[in-house]
Order: sequence, then C-alpha cells, then structure tokens
Amino acid sequence: MYCHISIQAGHFDLAAEEAALRQHAGDAGALVAFQGMVRAHDAATPLAALFLEHYPGVTEAEIERIARNAAQRWPLAAVRVVHRVGSLAPGEQIVLVLVASGHRKAAFAAAEYLMDYLKTEAPFWKREDFVDGSSRWVDAKASDSDAAARWG
Amino acid sequence: MSIRVLYFGRLKDTAGCSEEQLPWQGGTTGTLLAQLRARSDSWAAALAEGQVFRLVVNQQIVRGDAEIPPGAEVGILPPVTGG
Repeated sequence: MYCHISIQAGHFDLAAEEAALRQHAGDAGALVAFQGMVRAHDAATPLAALFLEHYPGVTEAEIERIARNAAQRWPLAAVRVVHRVGSLAPGEQIVLVLVASGHRKAAFAAAEYLMDYLKTEAPFWKREDFVDGSSRWVDAKASDSDAAARWG
Repeated sequence: MSIRVLYFGRLKDTAGCSEEQLPWQGGTTGTLLAQLRARSDSWAAALAEGQVFRLVVNQQIVRGDAEIPPGAEVGILPPVTGG
C-alpha cells in the first residue's frame, strides 16, 4: 500500500492531492476524500482561531501506524493524510484523508476508521482561542473514544 | 546525567514551559511521574491517572512502566484532541 503522511501549517489543495494519489492507486475503482473544517460556534463565545500542536516525528509515525492497521482490515491501494497545525481560522481546512481502494465499501470504511483513530490516537492537541481573548485547551471527547472503540 | 522532558497541550501551562532538563539518576516513567507529581498540587492534578495519555521515550510511545535511560528525550502527552 502506498502511504503518504504530512503535517503542515499551510493549506492543502484537494484536487492536486487527489491527482497525486491517483498516480499511486493503480486500478483502484474507488477514491474517498474527507475534509475537516474548523467550526466557529462550538462554544458560547465565538472562536477567533483554533491552535493545534503536535509532536514532530512521533505524530507522523503514529498516523502511519494507524494507516497500516487500516490496510490490515481492508484491501487499500493508497492512503494520503494531511493534518494542519498552528493557528487556524474558522472555516479553514484542518484535515484531509484520501483513501483509494478497489471498491467503495472498503474506501468508505477505511476513511472513517482513519478519522476515528486520528481523533483518539494521533498526538495532536487543540486550543480554542476565543474572540474575547480567552482560551482553553480542548478536552478529549468520550464520543470520539466510543467511535474508535467500535472497530474492536 | 540528565533527561530532556517535553510537555504538550495543557501540560505546557502547568509546567510554564514546553521543555526542561532534569537531573536523572536512572529509573522508569513511573519514577519520573512520581517526581513531577510531588512538585505541587497543580502538578499532581495535571498528571493524575487518566490525565496522562501516554509517555514517549526517545520518540517511541511506551506502554506501562518503561525504563528511561540517562540522556533520553521524554515526552509527556495529555489526552489527544486531533482530527
């Protein structure tokens, strides 16, 4: 399986990433793309920015491990993950997951599996910086852990 | 000898820094956590069971109580919130 992980401050281009992945996807009949965006109104006070940090080296290795685990469950041709870090404004892209596989069911399931484990296993930490100048680190969500746990 | 300890997420606020050098006579991740918890109530609360997600020794995520060799880089990770 082809696997490419990037953690970056800058934007990503969905069309360019899809075109690049297809070069490595062989005869795959399905390509699923998921993009996550920063929500402005998760709390009572509107968000000015979401700040994300990671552990360079360790985070990339952990995402690669998650992708390899996905490839044990489904026949995947290629996986691409881009996760942004730094200060992101509401509406900005935060994460991209692309999965290419022979058939759509495997591609859909693997994309969802990757997102569930990105949220619960990959070392990222989010801080909400609000328009009133206050800020707080985001707590881990039980609903995210439950979502990952269902894969067994 | 010493070790380099890295803090992430809300642990940076507790530590007041993102990393520090600590004198190290040898021991495990459990030894280190016990030392840090003994610093103050706020350290004890921040590093309480359930608040620490995982420890990383020399870029390897460790499970359970793992040896920390002198000169090591140790990352202390609070529960993660990515995606």
